[in-house]
Amino acid sequence: MMRALRRPTLWLIVAVTLVFALLPLLRNDVALREGLLLAAVYVILATNVNLMIGYAGYVNFGNVVFFGLGGYACVWLVNSHAWPLVAAALFAGALVSLVAFLFGLGILKLRGAYFALATIGVNEGVKAFVANFTPWGGSAGIYLSIEAYQPLGGPARALWTIYFLMVLVMLLSLLASYGIKNAKFGLGLRAIGQNEDAAMVLGVPTRRYKALIYSASAFLPAMAGALFFFKSAFIQPDDAFDLALSTEAIVAVMLGGQGTLVGPALGAVFYEEMRSTLLTAQAFSHFQLVIAGALLLLIVQFVPGGLMGWLYRRWPCMRRILE
Amino acid sequence: MFGILASIVDGVLVGSVYGLAAMGLTLIWGVMDVINLSHGAMIVAGMFGLFYLVALGLPAYAALLPVLVAGFAVGVGLYWISVHRMIGRPPLMSLLATFAVNMVLIGLGTALWGTVLFNVPVALPGVGWKGYTFTGTHIMAAVVTALIAGLLYLFLYRTRLGKAIRAVAGNREAAELNGIPTTQVLALAFGLGIALACISGALIATLFPFTVLSGTAYQLKSFVVTVLGGLGNPAGALLGGIALGLLEGLLTPFMPVSWTTIVEFVVFVIVLIAFPRGLFGFLRHARSR
Amino acid sequence: MTKLLEVNGLGKRFGGLQAVADLSLSIAEREIVGLIGPNGAGKSTAFDLINGVRAPDQGRVVLRGEDITGMAPYDVVHRGIARTHQIVQPLATMSVLENCIVGACFGRDDLPLRQAEDVAREVAGFLGLTERLGEPAGQLTIGGKKRLELARALCARPSLLLLDEVLAGLNPTEVQRMIGLIREIRDRGVAILMIEHLMQAIMGLSDRIVVLSSGRMLAEGTPAEVAANPAVIEAYLGDASLAAKLHERA
Repeated sequence: MMRALRRPTLWLIVAVTLVFALLPLLRNDVALREGLLLAAVYVILATNVNLMIGYAGYVNFGNVVFFGLGGYACVWLVNSHAWPLVAAALFAGALVSLVAFLFGLGILKLRGAYFALATIGVNEGVKAFVANFTPWGGSAGIYLSIEAYQPLGGPARALWTIYFLMVLVMLLSLLASYGIKNAKFGLGLRAIGQNEDAAMVLGVPTRRYKALIYSASAFLPAMAGALFFFKSAFIQPDDAFDLALSTEAIVAVMLGGQGTLVGPALGAVFYEEMRSTLLTAQAFSHFQLVIAGALLLLIVQFVPGGLMGWLYRRWPCMRRILE
Repeated sequence: MFGILASIVDGVLVGSVYGLAAMGLTLIWGVMDVINLSHGAMIVAGMFGLFYLVALGLPAYAALLPVLVAGFAVGVGLYWISVHRMIGRPPLMSLLATFAVNMVLIGLGTALWGTVLFNVPVALPGVGWKGYTFTGTHIMAAVVTALIAGLLYLFLYRTRLGKAIRAVAGNREAAELNGIPTTQVLALAFGLGIALACISGALIATLFPFTVLSGTAYQLKSFVVTVLGGLGNPAGALLGGIALGLLEGLLTPFMPVSWTTIVEFVVFVIVLIAFPRGLFGFLRHARSR
Repeated sequence: MTKLLEVNGLGKRFGGLQAVADLSLSIAEREIVGLIGPNGAGKSTAFDLINGVRAPDQGRVVLRGEDITGMAPYDVVHRGIARTHQIVQPLATMSVLENCIVGACFGRDDLPLRQAEDVAREVAGFLGLTERLGEPAGQLTIGGKKRLELARALCARPSLLLLDEVLAGLNPTEVQRMIGLIREIRDRGVAILMIEHLMQAIMGLSDRIVVLSSGRMLAEGTPAEVAANPAVIEAYLGDASLAAKLHERA
């Protein structure tokens, strides 16, 4: 524990979280809060999908499915069964991870690109299913009534509470990433990412580890989805399972540097800033996808290590300082 | 009874076009081990290509040729922009590169055309049989597909260039050592694959209305067909497409259309996990313990 | 001596090729057994069948009385068998130390990180890799990579080590060094089954030799017995009488 306290990255995580939490509060700036909420969502998604991509080497293209399912589970529980928010969010997280674990045991038999394709299929399949699932509103979705915000002290206060909860989920994502990376589990995952066959022969229990990390990478995004859609008071299949969001998370990871801890978070914040600037500057709805796509293309071809990769090459000592 | 039969026959006709689309995907996959995630976008490109050529006054089926040629040119260009540097690198990289291209294209598409529904009006008399009419466009699409498939076969198996492509698909290093200019061959094969995607899109446009986002559904179908037929196996892809069309024909009388995606996804994952070799071919390094 | 590993009637077919047929052998504790044979004889496949990379079509693999046939490789490691590969498989962007820690963490005992690191450092030192601990494994020389491969396997603290052509690609000095290391490893209590093409080395190291040809066992015995066996000579040189003549002349 004491050794951990001396690691700079850990302090950086705490510092960033404090900035997120305190800045909008102290300035009482609702617009800033909204912007940071979105940034937090991107950080959560990127950090968690990095567990699959950067650690285990499996690209989960359909990672948004966790976000969407978490959202649906929470909104449905609150709307139809009057569950309190935190309980619903936690339950959503647990449920989605469990489903992910069971699912993972199956599709993680696939390697590399085949796995990536299967995850897209999973997302599209779930989206089509939910669009036909009447208890969850089918393609029309679910509208959350305003009474849902009463237990939290009314809409205005609720939005602040939701924000802090989201920042907490972001903190947990970063800490989990850090904890896993420096644990035996993370070492095994990285071995799998390097060379799965060699890892098997070295004794890494690949099947179990892959299913575990797939499940783990589902938990916090599911909670983020729960909070996000509760806040939006409306959820429907196209928004919940938007493949674009999934891919933006991946772009963020590649931009910042896959496999690192700071990379995905940095990439997420940078990408979100760029995106919101573009959205206000241009009237085109999907133009950010063009920029994101072009960026991804350039990174993959010329700077596959992302920002952190470049940083590590330039100043090798940074490897120890900024993980 | 005849209703179901008619539905099946129609499914086979339409399925052949799915097979054509998948042939492009499986060709690229088999020759250079690249999974082209911009496949769906190029199908849409073919759809729009046909739309505008028809709007300019060309008869629909005559417009297919320029779409094919343009698709090839664009394909070669895409190879140099996104795929060339990814050859030999881990498959994740080429996956992301082609995905990035897809994002750019679909992004541009939605920026230009939104999610408006487009339709290419093609007037073709149908064929009647026992009280059921088989749509003329469906029959014509199957005929064109058969023609193109035949031409592709002749190209791959009876020309030097085709042989070169098959050589590179089999063993790139050996082909290189035998003096085959592999880079040019790869660019050519990629262009060919994209051309097939475009023309299948154009054909689909003669059958159904479409939007910029239609590509995703047809891309998923192409993937299902490709794994059904086995990687790098164009004949398998064609047969797989017909099989998928058959399945759709069997299901549509009994199931709402929106369920088709779910069924296709389930088929996809099951085939991937249970039949790594596809029904007709090979799948390298697909499985782990 | 107690039987450490017993292999009975192993068989494996790949499509039209019978890679291994009716293979039976046994290894005792602290024994060095050499596995030789012409290229394509099925030696590496036999390794795959023993350590679980492939499941055999027929036959059984028994380790210390426990049937481990068809077990996944990671379970086999926990039972005490470690392996090196003919074509080395370093975890390239991870450091030499990290590579060894992986071997130690997931080896026979489920070691926590701290202890695994101690084991890793000790084994790395034994194999002369201490100066290179911080380097990415992919940047080692071929000799270094081979030693890393061996170090990683040793970190698992196996009772049986499967070495697949660990001497291939090494210069004479490195070969001598490796031979010495292998002897030391055996002295530390590890049994070794090694595939090798370097005849002098394997003849000198092994207590017993097993000869494979076309997937079947051709001969078995002490190095001297095997070297004099006409069937073995024929398999390698193609003509027993010619070999006899060459032998006479020498």
